[in-house]
Order: sequence, then structure tokens, then C-alpha cells
Amino acid sequence: MSLADSDRELVVEELEREPTPAEAALFENLWSEHCAYRSSRPLLSAFESEGEQVVVGPGDDAAVVALPGDDDGETYITMGIESHNHPSYVDPFDGAATGVGGIVRDTLSMGAYPIALADSLYFGAFDREHSRYLLEGVVEGISHYGNCIGVPTVAGSVDFHSDYEGNPLVNVACIGLTDEERLVTAEAQEPGNKLVLVGNATGRDGLGGASFASEDLAEDAETEDRPAVQVGDPYAEKLLIEANEVLIEEGLIESARDLGAAGLGGASSELVAKGGLGAHIELERVHQREPNMSALEILLAESQERMCYEVEPEHVDRVEEIAERFDLGCSVIGEVTDGNYVCTFDGSEAQSASDDPDGEQSEPRKRETVVDVDAHFLGEGAPMNDLAHEEPSEPETDLPEVDLEAAFDVVVSSPNTASKRWVYRQYDHEVGVRTSVGPGDDAAIVAIREAETGLALSAGAAPNWTDAAPYEGARAIALENATNVAAKGATPLAAVDCLNGGNPEKPDVYGGFRGIVDGLADMCETLSAPVVGGNVSLYNDSATGPIPPTPTLALVGTKDGYDAPPLSVESEGELLLVGDRGLEADGTRLGGSEYLAQFGGSDAFPSLPETPSEIVETLAAVANDEATLAVHDVSHGGLAVSLAEMVSEDAGLEVSIPADSEPAAALFHEQPGRALVQTDSPAAVREAFDGVAPVVALGEATDRGTLELSVGDRTLERSAGAIRSLRDTLEAELE
Amino acid sequence: MTVAIIRFGGSNCDRDAERALEHLEVDAEIVWHEDGLPEDTTGVVLPGGFSYGDYLRAGAMAARSPILEEVREAAADGVPVLGVCNGAQIGCESGLTEGAFTTNESARFQCEHVYLRVERDDTRWTAAYEEGEVIEVPIAHGEGRYEVDDDRLEELEADDRILFRYCDADGKLTEEANPNGSKNNVAGVLGERETVAVLMPHPERATLPDIGPTDGQGILRGFDGASGA
Repeated sequence: MSLADSDRELVVEELEREPTPAEAALFENLWSEHCAYRSSRPLLSAFESEGEQVVVGPGDDAAVVALPGDDDGETYITMGIESHNHPSYVDPFDGAATGVGGIVRDTLSMGAYPIALADSLYFGAFDREHSRYLLEGVVEGISHYGNCIGVPTVAGSVDFHSDYEGNPLVNVACIGLTDEERLVTAEAQEPGNKLVLVGNATGRDGLGGASFASEDLAEDAETEDRPAVQVGDPYAEKLLIEANEVLIEEGLIESARDLGAAGLGGASSELVAKGGLGAHIELERVHQREPNMSALEILLAESQERMCYEVEPEHVDRVEEIAERFDLGCSVIGEVTDGNYVCTFDGSEAQSASDDPDGEQSEPRKRETVVDVDAHFLGEGAPMNDLAHEEPSEPETDLPEVDLEAAFDVVVSSPNTASKRWVYRQYDHEVGVRTSVGPGDDAAIVAIREAETGLALSAGAAPNWTDAAPYEGARAIALENATNVAAKGATPLAAVDCLNGGNPEKPDVYGGFRGIVDGLADMCETLSAPVVGGNVSLYNDSATGPIPPTPTLALVGTKDGYDAPPLSVESEGELLLVGDRGLEADGTRLGGSEYLAQFGGSDAFPSLPETPSEIVETLAAVANDEATLAVHDVSHGGLAVSLAEMVSEDAGLEVSIPADSEPAAALFHEQPGRALVQTDSPAAVREAFDGVAPVVALGEATDRGTLELSVGDRTLERSAGAIRSLRDTLEAELE
Repeated sequence: MTVAIIRFGGSNCDRDAERALEHLEVDAEIVWHEDGLPEDTTGVVLPGGFSYGDYLRAGAMAARSPILEEVREAAADGVPVLGVCNGAQIGCESGLTEGAFTTNESARFQCEHVYLRVERDDTRWTAAYEEGEVIEVPIAHGEGRYEVDDDRLEELEADDRILFRYCDADGKLTEEANPNGSKNNVAGVLGERETVAVLMPHPERATLPDIGPTDGQGILRGFDGASGA
């Protein structure tokens, strides 16, 4: 890929000359879909990103949100999310690992310390050998990198769908902790300040990664594109985290940006552009790992674990000292100016290394200007795409005939609904001693003792839902994540999204993508969860076709204290189902369900509650009530799966689904905004939900350790042991 | 009068140890390895993490760093030394304790809660427990399988230097309850002096009551009296 003709014309018009090779490469990368969001930015205005809690919204390295409950209002969290989809296909271990590294450095840029990660992963059908290879590599990469840098992976999701066969998704979210004092941004402050590069030496790795991420994956991508994938070094990242901590604590940093897509050229130009300023950078000053690197390579290499800092001249010595203490390379590469973004290069030093062995020095080359452009034009000048779109069609109702017991076993053991313990056991989810509720529950809870606040985190999407109905499915995903945090007693604070789509030049793909953007935006606004940042990844398209439109949402909520009701029931107490629109009304729809994914057929997507934010608030209040014994969100796989998950060896359930509902629909529909509540005080739960959502008594807990379920005239019984082996699909197949 | 938590490049449980000891009102501070042990060191924690990125072998580089010489001297003087996880690997690599912690039987990183049987209750690290008591403490490691010569293990057992073993909830030493394939289910051992102990499980992650169970407190209480607290 090179700079498109129409873009080149614009550049020539602006510069009033032909761009240099380095400039052309910069424009190609920074104006790529990956960096400039040319096909998505026109849609992103749908998101409400403001709110009194929002300190820094979209557009910086990470968003910053104030925590409630802190009287001074000075404890902030940062939120960021990033995709590393194409690299993870080509090289799953390194691709996923560097995805973690990138989002953690986005956190450092804001003057924050990273405290939690959440990974949402999407692969082709689990029974395919290649999907398993990718799953194992990606999980190992995240485990290797995240564990080593000491940031706990506390939440996330794993989904399988045949349309990810040729293009898996790796979406990584990071939460950081900072405060009013420490906060820095990626907005350059003052001409005359120095630009200092700290971290790994620059090599030729990852050249052209941004433009690689902006094309469909070719069939031979695994071999052809390997040079565009970077290799991570978590040890260097850990040193960078700790060095950054000292730099921030000592107040030495004016602004910061991590080096990601388009390397030094991207980071440094964006930093000064945001401040309405320019820069003069002398590229040969960059500490390099390989000899004879050209100006263009130094400018665009995506070597990992590097940060660009703006530092006042009198602080430069101290910054160098701190970098040295942590064994990190450090070079003063130039300074902030109020002119253009200018890069010069004196190749004589590099040249001399390759001179002929007779020792005869060739004449040193003169310093040449390789880039001289307006930083704002470089960052913001890319024209937006106006693409055609087709509205998705409504599915017909065509339901399969399946025996209920067989359906139960198949859905409960499906890789999508089965236990993900095999995955999260490989992630250190407790380092940092903040994890009060870890992975495997509806939402994680991280103790923010600095503000005496419990931070709940839920991240994920649902490919089956958005495949069936992009707009409604995306609304459902937002509600589902909010219900997850509410089930642990938290109410939504803010969210970040990672919008993954196929090739937007295909009208049906772009239509679906528009649907997920609008759906996610609408429900987040309804839930008063401002979408404070995000990431867009398009061209997730391969020989096997486009991916389902996939809006990963990482949503945080807050609560008093760090306790939450467990997911498993106790051996005594009544079980209520709240929020189910299907059981009392005229049945519900199976569209987007795991049941249909397993047995074939189609149906409309279930209709969502009319007052979702009231349901979320009420559920959070009920979850925090002393009489509440257990709470579990009902979603993927439907009621059948949630009931199965609540049973243990010590405590079972004897439940009956109201007789007038159609058994398969009642057990397997996936309308979100529902939860199972075990309580000592059913009357209080009914009262709380009066006028908000329906409450149905399902039955009682037992000390038998079995799920005894009757629905209509059918009954079904499964022991906790039987359920455990059904849910053990991943471990059984992969170990 | 303070417990030194030694931070190497790549340590990542140093702050956790500090927070846990602070909760127990044990005076502790994080010490950068290049700065050497403070004069008034009354206890040493070798914390978990990935010192030097686990390059070469887990714990091998840190074990050869100058501060370990000081730690060995302090240990010889009777200063309590506790190695946790990567700190346990460093302890074995540096000769403070015998044997080695190597790649898990699963060949994967494992983060989960396990049960430990307390093998002795007459050391400072286990005085809070009864012999045979079962405690629940988390592990988080990829290289925690205890390995030592059979003969040497027999001697260690004869000398009563095994401090903890992996067990099931009832205290039985089963193969299923052994998360990493450690020889004879060994999870933690004593050095030549009983004031030196290393273990793979993380007591500092089972100390703070606001996030969960606190069975690990007793181990960290081994520093009681060592810090003047």
C-alpha cells in the first residue's frame, strides 16, 4: 500500500511541492484507516462522551474519569481499549502480547499506574485446529506479558464464531489510577521544551504496522506480513512503568505520548499537534538497535516499549538519571517549537559505520530536512470517507425441533457458554492485591482504597447477537455489561468501546457497522454511561469473509465497599428471576441465541426492556441488600446456563419455569437486563422492582447439589458434578 | 528497625508485600537492589515477580546480584528472610534454600487458590498455625514445581525442613491437590536456619481482609518482633 493518489494530491496542494519519501510514508500511515478513522469518525459523533465525572474524554491516549465517593473528587481512573487483531492472526503470541503493552503505555501517558486489564478475544469455531492454535498463542501471549509487568487481568470474554476463522480479534482494555496532581495529557505545552525518548532502542521492527492494520488480511498473511508484527519485551515495559512512576511523582513531565502505530513519527507529531505547536527533531539522536537505519525507518519503526516525553530543559538531566537507574535508553531528540513539524537527519554517523574497511572516511553528509509539514494537517487533514451502506434485513422465524435435555447439555457445554477457567487461570488476576472479585463472575471488583470505592469492570460483546441484529444486538451488549456490574452491586460510571468491523467498502458490512455504533451509543446514553474513549478496527475481512460486527464494550461501575454477593447459591433461600420480558408476556424470541447457533434456524432478536437504567439501578440496590444471598446475570446461553452456573456440590436448586411459556424459548432466549436473585426476603425484591421489571418466583435452593428443573410438563435433573464436566469443554479439549 | 523488601527490575509483588506488612503493623520498606541493604535491616522479603524478566532462568540473575551476598550474610546472622514466588526461586538459586523451582507440570502459568498443609508449627513463619492445619493461599506462577534429589529430599524431610505441602481441603496430600507437580507436594521449605524460608504461594495475597480470605497472615507474622513493632 502506498499513499493514495487523491491523498497525494491533497498533500501536494497543502505543501505546494511533492512530499519527501519520509513525508509520504508518514501521511500514508497517519492517514490510514487505523490512525485516522476515515470511515468511522463520521459515525462516532453518535456517542455521548460527556458527563460531570469525565475529566478527559476521547482523543487522548486514554480517557480520565473522576471517581465518586471521594469528597475531594481528586482520585481519577484512566480507561483505554485497543485492538491488536491483524498482528494476532499473523503471530498470535507476539501480536497479543504487544497489544497489552500498547494499552498499558497509553495508561502511563496520562500519569497513571496501570491496575487492571480486561481482554475480549474472538476466534473461529472452537472445533477448528487453527482456532485452537490462535487461542493458545493469544492467551499465552497475554499471560506472558501481563503477568510479567504485574498488572492483573481481572475480566474479559472469549467467544467463538465461524466468521472469525480468518480474522480473530484481540481487544485489550486497561484501567489506570491517577489523581488531579499527577494527571498529564498528550498535549504539548510550551515551545522550547525538550522532547525526550525513553525506553527500548529503535530497530526495524513493525515497519508500516498502521497501514497493515488497514487492509484485509491476505491468505498468505501469516508468512507475508510477519515483519509488520512487533515483538514485545515485558521486562522493558515493567521498567518503563516504574520509571514513568518516578517521573510522574517527581513532576518532571509536561506531556507524554506512547509510541504505537506509526512509531516516533505518529507519537511526536500527534503530541505537538494537540498543543497547536510544532517540533524540530533530529532523527539520528534516537538511540538505535541496528546499524544504518534510514531517517524513514527511525521515524516509522514500531519498536515496542518506548515513550515520548515533553520535558522542561532544566529537568532533562534528572530524566536521564532516572532512565539510567532503570536501565532504559534515553535520548533527547529535539524540542517543541511553534512552527511546523520538522524532522532532520544527519546520516554521516550511520554512514561511517558502513564505510569501506580501508578506513577512508567519505565526506560527511550534510544535515537534510526529511519532514517539514504542519502537524495539525498531518494529524487531522485526512479526508473522511462517505461510504454506501445497506440496512441489515430482519430474520425470519424458523425454529428447530430439539429434545430439551439434549438442548440443555449442548448449550451448557458450548465453548461460548462453557467455563473460561482454562483461559483466566493463565492470567495473574490477583497481583496488586486489589482484586476482590476476579474473573469467572459477572463482573470483577477492584478495590480503589484511595477513594474507598469498589470499581466493577465488565468487558465483552456477543457476536451471535450483533450478527443477528447489529443495532439491537449492540444495545443488548451495553445493557448486558451494565447488568453484569449491577449484579455485583455497582452502577455504571463510564465505558470505552472497541468497534470491530469488516471491510467498510462493502455496503452490507458498513450497514452492520453503522448499526453497532448507533446501538451501542443509544444504550450507553440511556444508561448514563458516557463512552469516554475507544478504538475502531475495520478491514477485519479475509478470504473467509467479514467478521460479525463486534462492539466490545469495557464498562466500569462503582459501589461502596469491595464486597459483592456471590454467583453461587447458598443451600437455603428463594430464587427469583427479575427482568424477564418473555415469561409473563407472550413468549420471547430466540434470535441471536447460542441455542440457534448450535441447532440452526433463525428468529427475531428479543425486544429489550423499556426502562433499562431503572432495572440496572434497582438490581444494584438489591445486590447490596443484606437479605440478598446470591446474584447472577442471565444472558449468554439463557436461563438454562445461568441456573447451571449457580449450582455447586453444597447447594442445588429446585426450580419450575411457569407453565405457559414455550420451554425452549423460556430456557434459551438471551434477552439481557435479567438476573437471578437468591434472597431471604422475596417481598423486598418484589417491592424494589415494582413498576420497574417483572419478578417471577422460580423455586428454592436445596442442599442436594443438583439442578432440578421443570418447565411445562418436562423435567430435567443434573448434578453439580455433571454440570461441571459439561462446562469443562475448553480444559477437556486443550489439556 | 525495618524489614527490607528487595526490589529488582521486574519485581512486581514488592508493593503488595509492603501493603500486607503495613496492615500487620510490621514496619517495612522497599529497597532498590542497587542501593544495598539498609544498616538497620531486621528482616528481608524477596518478593514475587519476574526479576530480570526471568531471562536465563527464573531467579538466576537476581541470585547473582551483589545484594544477595548481603542477604546471605544477614541470614547467617539470624535475620529472618522470606522468599515468595520469584523470591523463592531466587532463594534456591542463591543457595539460601535447597532444591529448585522449575516449570510447572502443565507447562502453563497457573493463578488459583490452593490448600497448604502446615508441616511444622514451631517456626516463626508458622507459629500462628497448628501442625497439620490446612490453609488457603493463592499461587500465581509458571515455574513452581519443586525439584530436588531424592536423597536430599529424604534428608530435608528427616531434618524437618519442609514447611508447607500442597493438599486437598481435608489435608490429604493427593496428586490432584498438587497444582504444579512438585516433588512430594512440597510448596515451601526452610533454609539451614529456620529463620530462612521460601514458598511459591503468596501469603501477601491472603492477608488483607477487605478483599478476601486472610490465611496468609500467619506467615507474614514471622516478621513480628523482627521490625521492632
